[in-house]
Amino acid sequence: MKHFVHINVNGADRSHEVEPRLLLVHYLRDVLGLTGTHVGCETSLCGACTVLVDGQAVKSCTMFAVQADGAHVKTIEGFAADGQLHPVQEGFWERHGLQCGYCTPGMIVAASQLLERNPAPSREEIRHGLEGNLCRCTGYQHIVEAVEYAARKV
Amino acid sequence: MIPAQFDYVAPVTLDEALSLLAEHQDEAKILAGGHSLIPAMKLRFAQPALLVDIGRLKDLAYIREEGGQVRVGAMTTHYQLESSARLREICPLLPECAAAIGDVQVRNKGTIGGSLAHSDPAADWPAAILALDAEMIVVSAVGERAIPASDFFVDMLTTALAPNEILREIRVPLPPPRTGHAYAKLPHPASGFAVVGVAASVTRGADGTCESASVGVTGVSVKAYRARGVELALKGGALGQQEIAGAATHAADGVDLNEDLAASADYRRHLAEVYARRAIERAASRVS
Repeated sequence: MKHFVHINVNGADRSHEVEPRLLLVHYLRDVLGLTGTHVGCETSLCGACTVLVDGQAVKSCTMFAVQADGAHVKTIEGFAADGQLHPVQEGFWERHGLQCGYCTPGMIVAASQLLERNPAPSREEIRHGLEGNLCRCTGYQHIVEAVEYAARKV
Repeated sequence: MIPAQFDYVAPVTLDEALSLLAEHQDEAKILAGGHSLIPAMKLRFAQPALLVDIGRLKDLAYIREEGGQVRVGAMTTHYQLESSARLREICPLLPECAAAIGDVQVRNKGTIGGSLAHSDPAADWPAAILALDAEMIVVSAVGERAIPASDFFVDMLTTALAPNEILREIRVPLPPPRTGHAYAKLPHPASGFAVVGVAASVTRGADGTCESASVGVTGVSVKAYRARGVELALKGGALGQQEIAGAATHAADGVDLNEDLAASADYRRHLAEVYARRAIERAASRVS
């Protein structure tokens, strides 16, 4: 049986009838067309699908859309405002925090949560705070620098 | 990976959840944080016909001190436990264990009750809950009962919960004075689960010797267990390096050892000993 869900995504109220088994990541990508959230490992490990649900970074491949009924969801598309990059996005731009870009949306979402909880993290704390996000290109060094850049900007 | 079809209901009271379970107990599964169940459903290892989502029962997420115990609501997330400043003071093993689970995103969503009820043989919480000698408060439509942690884990992915019951609360006795805790874990390099994890709680007597010790072990066998041989060897003795190392040799006594790509049975026995030694040494050094 299908269920109606009402979810606020990036500030806009959305409602759709969905199957209970529809994962949040597929709701965002396939129903809403917000393809910035990536599907990586599909096994709750890589963090490419990370979004904020009621302010908490979660892996949207490990959550059903029906569980997000009534929630506020923020995806990478919700980060820049009025043509201005979010400081974490700017950090990734300025410090070359990406190569192929596949992990980047999840990295930025997770890094924004990290800076909210700890506005002045050490390098070690940045690495620890991004433990749930895998990057296969950069060796993480530039990502850590991008987050340090953002911490100075915030 | 798409799970099989299922029906979904999200009750807003515990009573409603319990009557749904009573009605559908054979085909229903409780969905808490979903970080054990949803991966299993995506692999179609689990195909429940009905999911009863208790994620809306916000009053099951709490950390309270009452009756000489820390009482933790089953829907409390790993992150809430990890970040509780009060717990770091009064029962530091809970935040230490919470911080060792998965990653930030998993800890934001996963719950202590969900993890314990799932009883993964490599989960972290069972080791800590055993070492702390906690009590599980479980409820059904007909009443409530308390299950000691040492009776709760029955077999691989199997607990003492009946199909019509929900784990509601975990009660941890406040540690007596001169008690130190530690959790030592070898995480699987990919999944972060415990290849071996040992939680130790050590209480010293006034003369510094070991008054009592309790040791919970996960990852080693089909279910987490109390390492009674280690506890017995420690009790009443000095807590020097040699004594601790001697006691730790009993960490895998009498259990069937898991064997997988991460570790053979022999290697696991060795790891259990090493991590037991580390956990006990660290716990003993933390006695204030």
